Amino acid sequence: MSGRSFWPSRAGIIRTLVVVGAIACLELLCRSGVINRLTMIPPTEMAGALWQIVASGKFNADILFTVANTAAAIALSVIGGFLAGAALHAMPRVRHAADPLLSAYYAVPVFVFYPLLIVAFGVGRGALIAMGALVGIVAMIVNTLDGLDRVPPVLLKSADVLKLGNARKLLLVRLPAALPYLITGIKLAAAYSVIGIVAGEFILATAGIGKRIAFGYQDFDNRTMYGMLLLLLILVMVVNGALAFWEKRLHRRFGRS
Amino acid sequence: MGEAAASPFWQVVKTRQLDTVLLLLCLGLGWELVYVLVGADVAPSPMTTLERAGGLLQTANFWKDAASTGRAFGLACAIGITSGILIGLLLGFSRLASEVADPMLGTIYSIPKITLYPIILLMFGLSLSAKVAFGVIHGVFPVIIATMSALRNVAPIHRRTAQVLGLTPAATVATSLVPAALPEIFSGIRIGVAVTLLGTLLAEMFASASGLGFALIRAMELHTIVDIFALALLIFTAAAILNGSLLALERRLRGHG
Repeated sequence: MSGRSFWPSRAGIIRTLVVVGAIACLELLCRSGVINRLTMIPPTEMAGALWQIVASGKFNADILFTVANTAAAIALSVIGGFLAGAALHAMPRVRHAADPLLSAYYAVPVFVFYPLLIVAFGVGRGALIAMGALVGIVAMIVNTLDGLDRVPPVLLKSADVLKLGNARKLLLVRLPAALPYLITGIKLAAAYSVIGIVAGEFILATAGIGKRIAFGYQDFDNRTMYGMLLLLLILVMVVNGALAFWEKRLHRRFGRS
Repeated sequence: MGEAAASPFWQVVKTRQLDTVLLLLCLGLGWELVYVLVGADVAPSPMTTLERAGGLLQTANFWKDAASTGRAFGLACAIGITSGILIGLLLGFSRLASEVADPMLGTIYSIPKITLYPIILLMFGLSLSAKVAFGVIHGVFPVIIATMSALRNVAPIHRRTAQVLGLTPAATVATSLVPAALPEIFSGIRIGVAVTLLGTLLAEMFASASGLGFALIRAMELHTIVDIFALALLIFTAAAILNGSLLALERRLRGHG
């Protein structure tokens, strides 16, 4: 146990060194011309390009477009997935029938539906949000089922003893007990929704961060491409990191792993 | 047959499978309903789609596309799985190395790889290697992570027994660690294969001149909706069969372990 405080810090230091070293290496390779400027610009220039994009605000509309669509897709998949998961949990027979379909969902590339959504919704927000929600929803369904399964029976019995009605039992007992797993579901649904939306923007969209990256690629405008790419990566890592942190804290508080 | 039906285990399996088939039929009916409501402009009927899928299977063009996707997918799987296992073994052996690498791999795994595709394209050009590289960066991380965690989860008794027997490190890996870790590594491989297929298809959809992903985009541009449905159906079926067989193999591995 005494080693616990020592090891992570040492691993943390090495990890920082590895990351910094990798970036420095990349910088050196780009500056010395080993990596062609048309292939990649040095990391410091990527950061400069990102700063320029943020400071000038020239792509604010695109950034807002992607962020708003992603938020809408995440909200849809979280709410829809929770409701569907709760409904399936209440119907064991349907749930067992659906099990193989749910577990095979992420093994098939659902993204091939995007062209279809384009035909149904037209090029624009609708198709992108639908794509994001479609990719994210099943992660939420699966984790809602998982969470409701793991509510300790003793809590439900206590609720019965206290004569709680179904609604209060759900609100006061089941939901809080399942919360850590619901957060896992939200984290995964968010990650999958982003993939769906950015992939959609790459392929066909009217605006968005992915659209700007794709344009930058096509125009050999590497500053825009790498600047927007860096922005996207930072956004994704911040959201994912925050959700992962929250998830870990809840799991710890509930004393289960 | 009568005796098999009497065994409760088989009865459960059969009811479940029957329920799944029923659910699939319900989904088919729902699809038919959508077709009746919105018309063939947006959604063709299931029967038309099946006929078109059957028709596609008899065209040379479809098989050319399928072969192109298959080649990229096969190469990407081979490279991704081999290097994933090797890197995972290397990192998994040292406690420090796995502690350093674990959060980094988790972060890389969680970023949407689609954002990196323009970089891959700039590096490899519009070629088979770009598709393969994109498939590999999807598939390699789940394999590395699973291999690392599998090695960590091997019961210490296996290592100690190898020590007592005086096995060389190579012999320890080959006869003790790998067999013990195999089932968990294999589930990483199964996930890796699924996301490699997604990566390969995404690459073809974003920028490529051949393959099933390209055929999907072409169908979208030509507005031949029945082709999109038929292609999606064929890809889904192939992916589901692949996933099902890998899952069966994994169950067998676990059964022996």
